[in-house]
Amino acid sequence: MADNIKKPVRELENVVIRFSGDSGDGMQLTGTLFSDTSALFGNYLATFPDYPAEIRAPQGTVGGVSGFQVHFGHGEVNTPGDYADVLVAMNPAALKANTKWVKSGGIIIVDIDSFTEKNFQKAGYNNDPLTDPKMKDYNVIQAPITSLTQESLKDLNLDNKSVLRSKNMFALGMVYWLFDRPMDFTNKFFENKFKKNPVVLEANKTVLKAGYQYAESSEALQSSYSVAPAKIEKGIYRNINGNVATAWGLLAAAEKSKLTLFLGSYPITPATDILQELSTRKDLGVKTFQAEDEIAGICSAIGASFAGHLAVTTTSGPGLSLKTEATGLAVITELPLVIVNVQRGGPSTGLPTKTEQADLLQAIYGRHGESPLVVLAASTPSNCFHYAFVAAKIALEHMTPVILLTDGFLANGSEPWKIPEMKDLPDIKPPLIKEGAEDYKPYKRLNDNMVRGWAVPGTKGFEHRLGGLEKMAVTGAVSYVPENHQVMVNEREKKVEAVVNDIPDLKILGEESGELLLIGWGGTYGHLYTAFRELRKEGFKLSYIHFNYIKPFPKNTAQILNSFKKRLVCELNLGQMANYLRMKFEGLSFLQYNKVQGLPFTVIELKEQIKKILEGK
Amino acid sequence: MNEQVTLQPKDFKSDQEVRWCAGCGDHAVLSAVHRAMAQTGIPREKIALISGIGCSSRFPYYMNTYAFHGIHGRAPAIASGVKMANPDLSVWVITGDGDALAIGGNHFIHVIRRNINLNIILLNNQIYGLTKGQYSPTSFQGQISKTSPFGTIEPPFHPGELTLGAQGNFFARSLDYNVKLTTDILVEAAKFQGTSVVEVLQNCVIYNDNAYGYINDKAYKEDRQLILEQGKPMIFGKNNDKGIIMEDMQLKVVKLGENGITEKNILIHDAKAQSPLIHWMLAKMNFPEFPVAFGVIRAVEEDTYSLKMKRQIEYIQKNSKIKNVDDLLRSGNTWEV
Ligand code: SF4
Repeated sequence: MADNIKKPVRELENVVIRFSGDSGDGMQLTGTLFSDTSALFGNYLATFPDYPAEIRAPQGTVGGVSGFQVHFGHGEVNTPGDYADVLVAMNPAALKANTKWVKSGGIIIVDIDSFTEKNFQKAGYNNDPLTDPKMKDYNVIQAPITSLTQESLKDLNLDNKSVLRSKNMFALGMVYWLFDRPMDFTNKFFENKFKKNPVVLEANKTVLKAGYQYAESSEALQSSYSVAPAKIEKGIYRNINGNVATAWGLLAAAEKSKLTLFLGSYPITPATDILQELSTRKDLGVKTFQAEDEIAGICSAIGASFAGHLAVTTTSGPGLSLKTEATGLAVITELPLVIVNVQRGGPSTGLPTKTEQADLLQAIYGRHGESPLVVLAASTPSNCFHYAFVAAKIALEHMTPVILLTDGFLANGSEPWKIPEMKDLPDIKPPLIKEGAEDYKPYKRLNDNMVRGWAVPGTKGFEHRLGGLEKMAVTGAVSYVPENHQVMVNEREKKVEAVVNDIPDLKILGEESGELLLIGWGGTYGHLYTAFRELRKEGFKLSYIHFNYIKPFPKNTAQILNSFKKRLVCELNLGQMANYLRMKFEGLSFLQYNKVQGLPFTVIELKEQIKKILEGK
Repeated sequence: MNEQVTLQPKDFKSDQEVRWCAGCGDHAVLSAVHRAMAQTGIPREKIALISGIGCSSRFPYYMNTYAFHGIHGRAPAIASGVKMANPDLSVWVITGDGDALAIGGNHFIHVIRRNINLNIILLNNQIYGLTKGQYSPTSFQGQISKTSPFGTIEPPFHPGELTLGAQGNFFARSLDYNVKLTTDILVEAAKFQGTSVVEVLQNCVIYNDNAYGYINDKAYKEDRQLILEQGKPMIFGKNNDKGIIMEDMQLKVVKLGENGITEKNILIHDAKAQSPLIHWMLAKMNFPEFPVAFGVIRAVEEDTYSLKMKRQIEYIQKNSKIKNVDDLLRSGNTWEV
């Protein structure tokens, strides 16, 4: 082989790689190691894992395929990428599940050793899929990954199971060569992880190198590619996904408010990770309570809030439904409470592992009675930190429940995040009534924001009763007086509307007025922004706003909406935000583009839709 | 909860007009609660009383402490949150048979299982009062009510059995008329570290009047009530001549002086026995075979939830390198650009 002839290196701006294999093949780790290396290398980056829906689907079947997609680049990266430039498929099932996500002309690396009759059957192929003429659209690299892994480890005294377990590192080594990545970060990772097991350490290093060398000498791979480092803002970075960012944002809010964080929650996909993350943070004094059900989750949080903690409950769609009645209780008792809803495909159990934005109207209105609360939505995996912090700040300073909407895409997606410093975050000042204050009336409004004071049990002299029955204004005594009910309903609504004074104006990207305004909210930001940016580059004129603050809307919303001839709302539901906007801004019309497949938008489809409108089709 | 104050029962009354029906058993229980709280010496601001929905759940408004009127069935969950947030508070739950055992059944058993240090007062009137007379999970089979005009066809729950089944450590029973007994039990419950469940048989004079008349009728109440006292033999009856013995692993009512039975043969009450077996038998005793047992039936202390939570947090905090959020954000895999 042409060992000594250096193959050409081609420059690329952005690349998407999808690692896929059986759930036991270690694809999540492989993908994570590749992304960490690329982050250290200085690329922009976004990743998304694709877990199998079944926990233990039979080996080799399409249901058991686990994937990890990474998008890295020299240029800006805001999504994990629509379609892959490179697919690694460790078995026929992985190929079957993922071929449709590969760009035409893309590279597909398969472990040819796993392409056996038996595995074709398991994957539901009638015969060898590699002989399908459609495969001609791709550059298929048939690498004997399993056998070469075994070969490279034959001198180490390892059992076959352990040998096979490291074949993912062979694939990773190949991809490292293909994209000209250094291997030292990954080797360091092995040294740390297998400190106590030198044989396994040696095995992983050996296989990684073997994969690299195989790719280098393989005639099927004609050239390697380089993706130059990006110009990234200076700072300390880490990778973070939306769920961890949410958990940490809440911790930051607890520290800044000098309150203990209490989480009452019940496991539910895809929100469980927040409960899990906070359960490990006892070192920061967090009290986590895995309740007997969703209702007890929120009720325990309401109790903790009554007693003076920063109280949170986390859930997903069905859980939000179960919490509805108790949410109303938090509304009428005017206690601070953060409700995180990680949206997933519904209704009912729906598509538990998939993403959707169809809980918007439930968040805004989904309670009996006039029951206003604040609704926010995070828009990138890492800004879940910011919006969780803000949700807690608003809840505490305005004495109101706040629903923070994230979604399955944000929750599991990850990206590098410039670590903030706590000293740069604002303080949080809840209206706690301290002993010795002059007097205390539970429902006396303390300021123009209509906020009531928070006297917690243990505070001498301010014993009072709260509850679900309507309260007399100011005193908080039970009241059935009709006029008083009107007063209290109005006060609660005004209090939530007053939050507008504490939230930033909407930022408009592009011109401040014009033909078309693109509108999004929540987790679709990366895709919408990329479509917007690419269209502008192509010479199209359009502007873009993205909502993070939904109830109340930022002050300048009407003014911006009025400055455009057409308004296009893109969302992963049947048009909930579009309808809400129609209702709130009467007389304005809104075009809509919707998708409800449990999948994020693709940039390609968004661009197509927007172009159609711009070109008047 | 070390601070002690001297207060009178009236100091615990709020300025709100009490709105239960005249003759309702709840009035007597409210009075017992006021007395018990005064006796414990716990300052008013350190008390939080949480309720659900139902006639009895009106309690918070009649208390001059911190109190919270929750939603149907959820008082144990709300109270758990209060107690976890501030273990120094004396936290009470007021609930009824419908509230605790129907809609709130799940919370009821789990709060007991966790041994969260709450004092739960379950007012059992075997009927839905607030919604005007439907049968409840404790209504006896065959009971006529607005939703069972031909008699219920479901067997009832027994709160004591459920408490012990959920691994409860404290169960006591009283009767609304007996304010003294209720007060004494509530003082015990307040002192007890762990979930204490106090069932109070309560008369709903409007929708289920005299449900407990068979136990409480003056003519034979001594013969139909066994008031348990720690370390004392289980003797009852108008003439103090009846007792409970254990025979073939079963409880049995005997007459002192008959068949050579003396006080020595009579079971001695031990609420602190680890095994709940006899407690369970006592809680289940019912007329006509047995007298109904009152008093503290079981009281076995174990570490409470809050204590274990505190210990765990302190241990982890001592041994973790992460002391604040800045440390956390910089922990693990980071890189500098
Ligand atoms: S309806 Fe029955 S339980 Fe309710 S207040 Fe009247 S007597 Fe008491």
